[in-house]
Order: sequence, then structure tokens, then C-alpha cells
Amino acid sequence: MQTRLRQLVFATSAVALAFAAPASASDTLTVVSWGGQYTLSQVEAYHKPFMEQTGIRIISEDYTGDVSTIVAQVRAGNVTWDVVDVELSDAIRLCDEGLLHELDWSMLPPAPDGTPAEEDFIAGALQDCAIATIVWSNIFAYDTTAFETSPTHIADFFDTEAFPGRRGVRKWPKGIMEMALMADGVAPADVYTVLATDEGLNQAFAVLDRIKDDIVWWEAGSQAPQLLADGEVVMTHAYNGRIFGAQLEGAPFEVVWSGQVMDMDLWVIPQGTRNLEAALEFVRFSTDTQRLADQAEWISYGPARQSSFPYVLEEMQPHMPTNPANMDLYIVSDAEFWADRQEEINERFNAWLLN
Amino acid sequence: MTSADAYVRFSGVQKSYDGVTLVVKDLNLDIAPGEFLTMLGPSGSGKTTCLMMLAGFETATHGEIVLDGQPINNVPPHKRNIGMVFQNYALFPHMTVEENLAFPLEVRGMDKADVSRRVRDALNMVQLRQFGARRPAQLSGGQQQRVALARALVFEPKLVLMDEPLGALDKQLREAMQYEIKHLHERLGVTVVYVTHDQSEALTMSNRIAVFNDGVVQQLATPEELYERPSNAFVAQFIGENNRIVGKVREENGQHCDVELPSGELVRALKVNVAGVGTPTLLSLRPERVTVAAEPGSLPNVFEARVQELIYHGDHIRTRVRVCGHDDFIIKVPNRTGHVHLAPGETTMVGWHVEDCRALDAA
Amino acid sequence: MATTTLGDIAATRPVATTEALRTADGMPLRTKLERSMRMARLRAFFLVAPLLAFIVFSFLVPVGKMLWLGVYEPTFANYMPRTAAALQTWDTRDLPSEETFAIFVDELIAARESRDLGKVASRVNREFSGARSLLTATGRRAADFAGPDAKQALIAHDATWGRTELWQGMTVAARSVTPAFYLNAVDLRLNADGTVRAQDADRRLHLALFWRTLWLSALITGLCLLLGFPVAYLLATLPMRYSNLLMILVLLPFWTSLLVRTTAWIALLQSQGVVNDSLVAIGIISDTNRLSMIYNQAGTVIAMTHILLPFMILPLYSVMKTIPPSYMRAARSLGANGFTAFRRVYLPQTVPGIGAGSLLVFILAVGYYITPALVGGQSGQLISNIIAFHMQSTLNWSLAAALGGVLLAGVLILYWTYNRLIGIDNIKLG
Repeated sequence: MQTRLRQLVFATSAVALAFAAPASASDTLTVVSWGGQYTLSQVEAYHKPFMEQTGIRIISEDYTGDVSTIVAQVRAGNVTWDVVDVELSDAIRLCDEGLLHELDWSMLPPAPDGTPAEEDFIAGALQDCAIATIVWSNIFAYDTTAFETSPTHIADFFDTEAFPGRRGVRKWPKGIMEMALMADGVAPADVYTVLATDEGLNQAFAVLDRIKDDIVWWEAGSQAPQLLADGEVVMTHAYNGRIFGAQLEGAPFEVVWSGQVMDMDLWVIPQGTRNLEAALEFVRFSTDTQRLADQAEWISYGPARQSSFPYVLEEMQPHMPTNPANMDLYIVSDAEFWADRQEEINERFNAWLLN
Repeated sequence: MTSADAYVRFSGVQKSYDGVTLVVKDLNLDIAPGEFLTMLGPSGSGKTTCLMMLAGFETATHGEIVLDGQPINNVPPHKRNIGMVFQNYALFPHMTVEENLAFPLEVRGMDKADVSRRVRDALNMVQLRQFGARRPAQLSGGQQQRVALARALVFEPKLVLMDEPLGALDKQLREAMQYEIKHLHERLGVTVVYVTHDQSEALTMSNRIAVFNDGVVQQLATPEELYERPSNAFVAQFIGENNRIVGKVREENGQHCDVELPSGELVRALKVNVAGVGTPTLLSLRPERVTVAAEPGSLPNVFEARVQELIYHGDHIRTRVRVCGHDDFIIKVPNRTGHVHLAPGETTMVGWHVEDCRALDAA
Repeated sequence: MATTTLGDIAATRPVATTEALRTADGMPLRTKLERSMRMARLRAFFLVAPLLAFIVFSFLVPVGKMLWLGVYEPTFANYMPRTAAALQTWDTRDLPSEETFAIFVDELIAARESRDLGKVASRVNREFSGARSLLTATGRRAADFAGPDAKQALIAHDATWGRTELWQGMTVAARSVTPAFYLNAVDLRLNADGTVRAQDADRRLHLALFWRTLWLSALITGLCLLLGFPVAYLLATLPMRYSNLLMILVLLPFWTSLLVRTTAWIALLQSQGVVNDSLVAIGIISDTNRLSMIYNQAGTVIAMTHILLPFMILPLYSVMKTIPPSYMRAARSLGANGFTAFRRVYLPQTVPGIGAGSLLVFILAVGYYITPALVGGQSGQLISNIIAFHMQSTLNWSLAAALGGVLLAGVLILYWTYNRLIGIDNIKLG
């Protein structure tokens, strides 16, 4: 009986260990990103060469921007996401809360001409806990088969009289609020000052009210081109790269750059990862001049390093948010503003959605 | 009975479920007003189907059913005004006894005072006055049975159908209920059609019994007639116990016939249902009609018998003997003062009257 | 022993008689009985112990922690304990005292050094928008403001430090055990002085969502009952070979992933979807007037009714199967037409199944969130979507916990009402 019991205890603890054991560290790295065409571009430009060079296997996971997973993992002390692609305001917020590993900018490789990374990256791309890889943009796109005269201005998006049909919008105030104010004639330089006031918020909601009944809300980036392709909407707010992906597949979509809201995506490393060395190595590897330029071959997002611009293929230039031809009316998303105001604006936004 | 007297009348009724076989084959049956008629037969003989057709839950494939002079083939069950007692009582479990009894009255739109008066009377009738507020599940089997009976009678139908109503009760209670139902029937004068597979129940209660087999009424007669004079082998075998001896008709002789057994003996029997000289026949003989220790010549049929086994039954001794080459010949020896005491292995003479030995079809 | 009263005799007598009863080996009967019962009880306890432990650790503890999370937010008090204490004595009208300012600046420096300032800032930001950047920016230069003139120095650095609303917000944040989140969950706000006011009209959200959730869940439950009852009846009454096939059809959705099913509904119901296309093809609606059946309340109701239908059908079926057909026959033989027989005899007997199915569907519907998130658009969102939103996007877990707590309380109240009206023992799942 005694030995039987001992065997049983041994067997159960072995099973428990098998479940509890970490996926053997150091030779794998879990990199989490937004999925679809975007993750594909990262796999091609970063993951594959990195795996070849270091022998470390990368497991690519998708998420929808739900950073609570990072919070939960760090608080539980069981971090399985080693490197995560997040938006700037989230990077700041999580860093503030001490949930991210702080990064030393000096570890980053300099530009080919020797310019230190700190000067080479565009403004705002280097954060205490995050390194930007791409500049992307909130734009709106339309189905070319739906209209005789094409929409050209951000105001057209909010004008269902001239351009009837349903609109796809991300169910999240960031991006669309700025677009609404620009559509209402607020100068890009004033957008955030206006938005910081109650009157400004009311103004933005008043613009959104014009299309409220025609909005189909989406949450994952891949839904936007899908809604457009299904004919569920005739115009949609989208991330420019997603529309580019659909265009590559032959979809009759056109991007309107007027009123675009540029934002950045950044690598962060959750505090307490077991693969810190490999994670740092990956961040370093993927943010050098050539890799960033390589990614732009696969998706129409601009590199976060100035030294990468010349390496971007000529035919990709018109699709880049940072292409001067696309920058008639634009704004760069103010991450500090959103980190401060997100909560309050979310509250208003949700209440507005309900009423 | 003339057809004008019939309260219920089946004429040429056939029923098939699958379009291939007939469950009821050409049923013709007249039931008199106030009669207690039992449909008796083994399971699958078609008796329940007949009852269900009468109740309206099954439709006759062919033929006509007439109730009180009206053809009812197309009358839905709730308009037939027939009371019915089901096999497992089908008392509504979510209603009290009183509510169960009130149900048929309420759906007839009777006013409240009448309903409660009639419910009270019905409860009195079955001696369950103090149980009105209980749920069926709180009653014993016999009490439930009485409620079911009261419910089938409370709206004063002229015809009550009972589908094996006593099947779920134990033996003693069953017998008590048999008398109770019989007395109720006599008191109320309703017509009852009763279905059972229990022959003793049928014999106890009925005015007439229709014995069903294979979709056909084998014999329709009073209990006494049925027991004493079964008209064919099936009925003889189904009603009560009997000894069956196979033989061949040797000679016909008016009311009687002589039958030769394979073992060579000649038996004189009552000619009931034989096809003629030389044809096989089945002799049917009730165990209680056999006399033991019979003097040769005292009875028309006397044979030597060897006692095989004795089983004590209290009121009689069941004696198995070997006679005329049959090993399983049963005799019931009444346990009277001074009856013959036999012992296994002993040899005796047994005999019987010609009238008690019926020559039937060799089915 | 000299004086023995009647009471003494009465008291001792029963004891004497019980002691007289002993088992064969001389042990008092009661002791022996208790001992044998104790063994049986222990054995029973050990049999359920694993489940009990599982429920405690996987259900009771998390639920308890969640409810606690909704009232306990110690971030501020943890990292700025002295400021927190000082603010509790503040009258909440005029600006806090010089001393409070000084304490605050000291702790600001300390929090900045220990890298905990961000956490404090995030917490205060929930009560006063903009406090996050104000605290972090001020924190960088905090050393400059230390000293007796901290108040003036801070206000000179940024005029916001002179606003009482900011300090009131900090006072609310400084309370570790606070009703603020639960109040917020029912569209109220906590003032710094402990009084409660209604949320601004353009921020009221939760109560309306709770009502919508309850109303839509009730509607879905009703639809499930309406659609499920005949199916369950067929299942219970059809011959075995047909009912088996039907049962497979009922269970089929269970074997398909929830996402696949929801996506299938999108393909069916969207404006260029199968249903609309068919209706246009038949000519019932024109091409320009396609029905909006998805990304709105209709979408949520349709998809959730479909998904929850089996939870209604199965309990109904299991109850109906136990109702012999003879009850309906009896009712009809007693003179009730088909409808009356159904209403008065069949239907009441299915009440336990209706109760079980409805409770199951309703409670599942109240907590559903994937389906409304995918097909609900803005009008089909339920309270669970807001809870998920606060869990995943705003990271305001305390508010999420408070919303969950209110929802739990609401469901328990409904359950209690149900028990009072119908009786929970009147429920049958199989």
C-alpha cells in the first residue's frame, strides 16, 4: 500500500510538473502581434532572418491589442509573451505601471552611416520601455464601385448625403475623434487642444452623430477590409496597411489620405520574461535600418528610422503614410494626450454609443 | 340481442398500422346497454386497439363503430362522452384529487357549485372523502385506482372504458377492487368495456367476455359458458387450466365421438369442433373434472395412471400423473375430509365423464 | 442527597433509561451509533472533498477576490501613505495645507525614485483626467519643489496644482477601501467628502446597459422557449429513429465552434448576405432597402437565440420525456379539446423544464459577450461587453469587478425572486 501510494503521488506530481514546466526557455521566443498581413510582414522581414541567424525558434502569436494579457501575466509572475507589438499610448501606460522592461537605447544599432540610433529614429519612436518599428496611419478607404464621384477629403467620410452608404469605424475613440475634428475644419495643430475641452469633445461627437446610424463598428484590424469586401459598408476607417493588403489581392479599394492620423507600433518586453536576452536580441535585430526597410516591402507601413527611407522600394512609396504626397492634411497621434485622457474619453464615447 | 338493442356496435371493423398486416380483422360486436363486457386476450391480440378505436384515439381503417345509434368514426375523443380508466390511472400529477375530479366537469362548463357537489359525491362513492386535497403521488395504488375510477364516472358517462386498470396492483388489492368495480357497475348501470389479459379477472367481473386472439374474436360468451364450453382449442387453453390430449377421430356418434390416442387407448368425448372421422383433434379436460381411484366401469372413461408428483395447494392437491402416454396430466384432488391419499410412484385409476372431455380443433 | 426534588428525578430519569441501552459489547448505544455514523459521514466527506476543494479554489475564491477587487484599490495608499493619511483629514473645500503639500512632494520624490510614480499617476488619472502626465512631469523635477514652500512652488510650476478638483480626486484615490467603483458601476460618483452624486448625464452608461442586458436576455429566453418548446415536444414524442436524428440536429451546434457559428450568422444576415440576397431575389424587398439584421440588436438576439436554443430544448425534452402520452389521452377522454388538454394538463407538467431551461438560458445570456461583441454593433452590446472592455482595454479592473459584482447581485436577486414565485425545487434538468 505504502509503495503504491508513493507511486501515485509521484505520478500525479509528474503530471503536474509536466503542465507547470515552462516551454523550455532560451531556444524559443514568443512574439505577439496583430495578425494577418501585418504579422506576415514581420515574419518575413524579422522572424525568418532572425531564426536563421541565431537558431532561436520564434513562436508567433496573434492578439487584438488586448494588453490586459500582459498585465495578467506580469502580475501572476508567469510571463509567456516575450516581445509584444503595442500601440504607443499603451506602451506609455504599461511602462508607467511598471509592467514593462526598461530599454537602454544605446543597445540599438546605429545607422549605416554611423548616426547613433537616438538621432536616427523619428520623434517619439524611442520610449523608456518601447522601440518603434513602423509608422502606420488611421485613414479611410472606400469601395470604388460604390460611387460615381470619388471622396477625396476627410469631410466626405462624415457626409452621408453626398456619399450615401454605411461606414465602418473602429469601436475605439482614438483616431476617429481626431478625424472628426479635422473633418469639421479644426486645424491639425489645434486638434488636441480642442479635444481636451468638453466643447471639443461635444464638437467631435456632433460630427460622429452625422453618420452614427450608418456606422458598422469593427474591433480587429482585419475586419475593416472584410466589411468593405462584403459590401456591408461602402467606406471604412482602417489601418492603411490592411487596405493595402486587400488592394494587393485585387480588391477595388481606394485610400483617402486626407485627415490621416499617424501612429506608431512599438516592441515592448513584459517585465519578468524568462527569455530576456533573446528578447533584447530580437528587438535589437529587428530595428536596424535594413530590417525596418525590409518590412515595408510586405506592408505599406513606414519605417520608424530615417535611415531606412532610402531603402524602401520605389513602388511602395505612394502607399506610405509618410509620403509627402499623402501629407496634405494629417496629424500625428499624441500618445501623451491619450494616455491622460483615454479613460475620460472612453467613458464619454461608450455613453455616446449607448444613447 | 338484436342490433337495435346494441349500445355499442362494431361492424366490420379492421385496423392496420403499417398497411401490411391487420391488427384487428373484421370485428363484429354488439354491446348491450348496461352490460359489462370484457375483451380478453394475450398481448398483441388486438383488444387494446379495439378499445382505443372506441375511445377515439385510433381510427378504424375500415368498418363502422356506432355508439348509441350514432356512427362515431369521425367524432373526436372529447366529444364522445366516454369515461376511461387507464392502465396507470393517468391521474394528473399537478392537480389534487379534487381538481382531477373537477377537470371533466369544468371543461364541460359546469358552474362551480355543481362541480363541487358532484366531486364530493364522487369521492363519497369511492370512500375517499378525506383525501380530496392530496396529490395523486400521496395516495396508495388502490386509492389512486379509486380516484381514476371516480374521475371516469364523475361526469356520468353512459359508457366507461377500462384498459387493464388493475394491472399495477398486488393480488389481494386487485381482487378487492374487482368486486368494488363490479358493485359500482351494478349500482350505476353504466355500460363497461373492460380490457384485460387476466382471465380470472374477466371471469369474476363480466357479463360477457370476448376472447381475442390474432385480431379475431375467438368466442363471445358468458363467463360460465366460456369456461365450461370453450368452442376452440385457443379458448380452452386460455381460459382456466386444462389437460390437452391429441388424438384422431375414430368414430362419430351423435353428440359424442370416439378418439384414438397415439398410445392406442380409445377416449369417448363430446364432439364440439371436429372436422370428421380420421381428422386430428385436441381433447380438452379440466383437471378438477377428473376422478381419482375410479372404479372401472363407473365412468365412461377410466384409465390407469401412475402418480408422478404431488404439490400441496391448501384447498386442493395438484397431482401430476402419467396417463395414456402423457406425462404431464394434471388432476386437482380436492382437499376434502377423507379424500384419497396418493403417494408418488403409486398406481391408481382415473376417470371422467364424456361431457367433461371436449373434442376440439387440433390447432 | 438528603433533599431530592421531583425535578431532580425528572431530570435524571431519561438519562438513566438511555444509559440502560447498550450494545452487546457494553458500549452505550448512542455512542456506538454515532461512531458508526461518523465513519459513513467521513467517507462521504472524503468522496466529495476533491470537488469541494475544486469549487472553492476555482470558483468561490476567484469570485470572492473579484468582489473584493471592486472595493479595494490600495495603489495610492501603498506608495503615498502619508499623503493619503493627510488627505483624509482635509476638509475637501479649500486647498490642502502647506504641510500636506510638503508631505506630498516628499513622497513624490520617493515614488519617482522607486519607479512607482506611474502607478500612482494612473490611479489618480481615473479620478482627474490629465493627472497622469501632471504627476509624471512634476515628478521629474520634484526635488526642486521640496521644502516649506512646496505649495507655492508646485502651483507656480503648474497652475493645475492649485485646483481643488485635483486634490479632491486624489482624496478619492487615496481611500484603499472605497465604494467608488461600485458607485460608478451604477452611474453614481463619489465626492471627496464621502457624499454621492449622480454621474454627468453624458457619461451615464451602466444602468442603461444593465437594463438592456436584462431585457434582451429575457427576450432571448422567451424566443428560445417559443422555438424550443415544439422541437422538444417532437423530440419527446417522435419514434426513436426520427427523434435520434432530430436530437443530432439539436446537438450539432454544440460540436461547432462558437466563432464559426457566429461567423456563419454574419454570412447569412449581413446586407449582402444569403437572407437579404434571397429576399431581394424573391422580390419581397428591393435592392436598396436591404434589411439590417446584423451589427445591431437584431443580430445579437438572432445569433444568441440560436446559440442558446439547445440549453432550452434539452431540459424541456428531458421533462417531456417523462410525461406519458396517456395524460393527454385522459384529458381528451374527459372532454377537453386538444388545446384545453394541452394548456391544463400538458403545459403545467412541463413547468419544471420551462423553469430550468429559462433560468439556464437567461443566466447564460446575461453573461454572454463574444456573440454580442461580434454581431451586436452598438445597439446590441451587453453589460458583459463593457466588463470585457474594462478588463482588456482600459485595465480598470476594479470597475470591471464592481460591474461584475452588480451583475452577480442582480442575477441572485432574480434567482431569489424566481425561488419565491415558482420554487427552485420545481426545476428539473434531467
